[in-house]
Amino acid sequence: MTEREERRANESVALSSLADGARARLVRVEAGHGLRSRLTAMGLRPGAEVRVVNNRGAGPFVVAVEGTRIVLGRGMAHKVYVAPMAADSDAAVPGSPEGK
Amino acid sequence: MEAVSPRGSGGVERAVPTRPGRLRVALAGNPNAGKTTLFNNLTGARQHVGNYPGVTVERKEGVRVHGGIRLEIVDLPGTYSLTAYTEDEIVARDFVIDAHPDVVVDIVDTSNLERNLYLAVQLLELGVPMVVALNMSDMAAARGYAIDLEKLSALLGDVPLVPTVGHRSEGTRQLLDAIVAVGTGAHRVRRVPIAYGWEVDDEVEKLAALLEPEANALAPREPAWVALKLVEGDARVRDRVRAQCAGAKGILEAAEASVRHLEGVFGDSPETVIADRRYGFISGACQEAVRRTAESRHEMSDRIDALLTHPVLGLPIFLGLMYLVFWATFRLSEWPMRWLETGFGRLGAAVSGLWPAGSAGALESLLVDGVIGGVGGVVVFLPNILILFLAIAILEDSGYMARAAFIMDRWMHKIGLHGKSFIPMLIGFGCTVPAILATRVLESRRDRLTTMLVLPLMSCGARLPIYALLIPAFFAERLRAPVLWGIYLVGIVAAVGLAKLLRATLFRGEATPFVMELPPYRMPTIRSAAIHMWERGWMYLRKAGTLILAVSICMWALTSYPKPPADAAAGASEGARRAAELEYSIAGRIGQALEPVTRPLGFDWRINTAMVGAFAAKEVFVAQMGIVFSLGEEAADETEAAEPLRQRLRETYTPLQGVSVMLFCLLSLPCMATAVVMWSESGSAKWMLLQWGGLTVFAYTVCLLVYQVGRLAGLGTR
Repeated sequence: MTEREERRANESVALSSLADGARARLVRVEAGHGLRSRLTAMGLRPGAEVRVVNNRGAGPFVVAVEGTRIVLGRGMAHKVYVAPMAADSDAAVPGSPEGK
Repeated sequence: MEAVSPRGSGGVERAVPTRPGRLRVALAGNPNAGKTTLFNNLTGARQHVGNYPGVTVERKEGVRVHGGIRLEIVDLPGTYSLTAYTEDEIVARDFVIDAHPDVVVDIVDTSNLERNLYLAVQLLELGVPMVVALNMSDMAAARGYAIDLEKLSALLGDVPLVPTVGHRSEGTRQLLDAIVAVGTGAHRVRRVPIAYGWEVDDEVEKLAALLEPEANALAPREPAWVALKLVEGDARVRDRVRAQCAGAKGILEAAEASVRHLEGVFGDSPETVIADRRYGFISGACQEAVRRTAESRHEMSDRIDALLTHPVLGLPIFLGLMYLVFWATFRLSEWPMRWLETGFGRLGAAVSGLWPAGSAGALESLLVDGVIGGVGGVVVFLPNILILFLAIAILEDSGYMARAAFIMDRWMHKIGLHGKSFIPMLIGFGCTVPAILATRVLESRRDRLTTMLVLPLMSCGARLPIYALLIPAFFAERLRAPVLWGIYLVGIVAAVGLAKLLRATLFRGEATPFVMELPPYRMPTIRSAAIHMWERGWMYLRKAGTLILAVSICMWALTSYPKPPADAAAGASEGARRAAELEYSIAGRIGQALEPVTRPLGFDWRINTAMVGAFAAKEVFVAQMGIVFSLGEEAADETEAAEPLRQRLRETYTPLQGVSVMLFCLLSLPCMATAVVMWSESGSAKWMLLQWGGLTVFAYTVCLLVYQVGRLAGLGTR
């Protein structure tokens, strides 16, 4: 692991650990080649801003990215690492509907 | 049209030289971008649905004449990128890359522009003649997007951008104009220089130089594009190079070295870097050409979702909706089915009436029992299928299907199936034929085949008359409900077991991780639902219907021929005569010949003969039993009327034999309509034979165990 990667890893948390309404910037996806490129094409790529729409116990894990809603299996949500952002720091970021 | 090979290297669809006056047009685009609606607008009713050869993926084609040019339009499966992930995406990608259509129309959801342009940029890289339809432009406008079309088009290599609103048929004419302009070469699309960074560009150039001598083998793909894909680590392009290039070994080694070099430079895979640059390019273009004033997308959808995917309420709502679908499919269709049955009955009687009483012979029997009965047997499924697909169209078009899949996925996943498998399995309790058609909601071939193969184990409605005859014949009142319940349960448990077994053997491999876009809720349009419904109904009639008719005529011959010598039946009652005829027929002989094989299960030749007849349709078993016991086929029609037959069954068989028969009817020998639909939907006779043989062997084993163990336990006596 390079120094840079290590630093990134330390700052990031699993997407699945965020609560409803939380915003974050995607850091990396730990998945195989095929799945990662699929997520990239769906807009879930490093640097993308995401917002957790639904992360309630048994319900679907839904994340908003660039104006779309994507459902992830729980297992997947553990493999997506993000850097959390302050809740209202970015009302002007395009493509992300304001939360509450 | 030529074959598209699902696996690439073998039967590649060759580029067809363009014939004057004709253009081959492919519609590509992200799922949920409104592709199907635009396809309907472009082609109207002149479309044709089929399967891509060898795969379960659907292929839709249509024709439109515009400006004196015949446009042959193919609607490709939805895809997020040219790096294929699912079977559908592989089909779409192979078509665009190998079939080399004259024009590719990329349909873009304008209200979600940047993500949708990712595919557009990949298509531009490929250098195919292209038109972009900015679909749902009304929604985008409502959400505050203002697009400078001229500027965006210039940034994207002068590709024509046509705003459309699919569900209001707006922009169709302009789209057709653009397709013709690009297809005839009147308008040229430029290659867009995307800056991947000099590090990447260097490696791509190096590889392209190595690929240059192989240009002929790679055509129509250009060396530069192939080089880019190799750097991206695209497995299918790598396979293609390996198969088609003389110097493949050196090229692939050089590609590997390039990938390692870039990984060292970026600390990340080149694929991620390139994807990032594409998004960078898109976002730069959008910053210049698109203004956004307000953001409101999905608010309504989120509110609806809060209810429909609620952790507690979501499941009951889903089950309620499914009950509604089931009810509509089987209860609502009872009326039209009855009209059809009456209609065919009258037609049969009218044809019979053409012969003077007493002189009716083989031709009359062929026409009435074989042909009219057979056509009736095909058409009678139509109301089920039409209503079911209307319901499915509404579920899909409204956006609920994606939610339903998610809600059920937790449970279905445990048995190795997809959340959406629940719908066909539920429908299977009504009838296996529409259930197999309903597996079209599943995208992956593995999911689809697994579901199809286990579907006959869901005890269908046609088996109910068998249970209704046998259970009261052998069991006391208080035991009847539990026995019936038990039979259904055996079917479900067997289906779950079999699905798990298939996943562990034939369809091994990790389950596709669950990732799915939740489209915003939309009001389904009548036009789209109607086209969808009609398409399915017609496809069933055309593909399965003709085969079912042929098989049912064979079945008629099997149970009618050869006729016993005339004098043998002289003086006997009508019932005895029919029994003698059936015994003498091929079906009767098969029944007798099979006796040694089925005796260990507790079956005699009569049961065997009735089972042979039951291949035509499960409920025929009951009528056949009536005939072999000389009581006529009407003997089993009503609960009351069946009493004499039940009496005879009680005298002849033990309850253990009764259970064995019911289990065999449940588990084995899917009916001919199921077999035929299985064949046409899976795309090969192999799967049908596997299902048919596999289930029959399975049923034999289970019944053998039940009957022999039961006998040892002393249950075989009366």
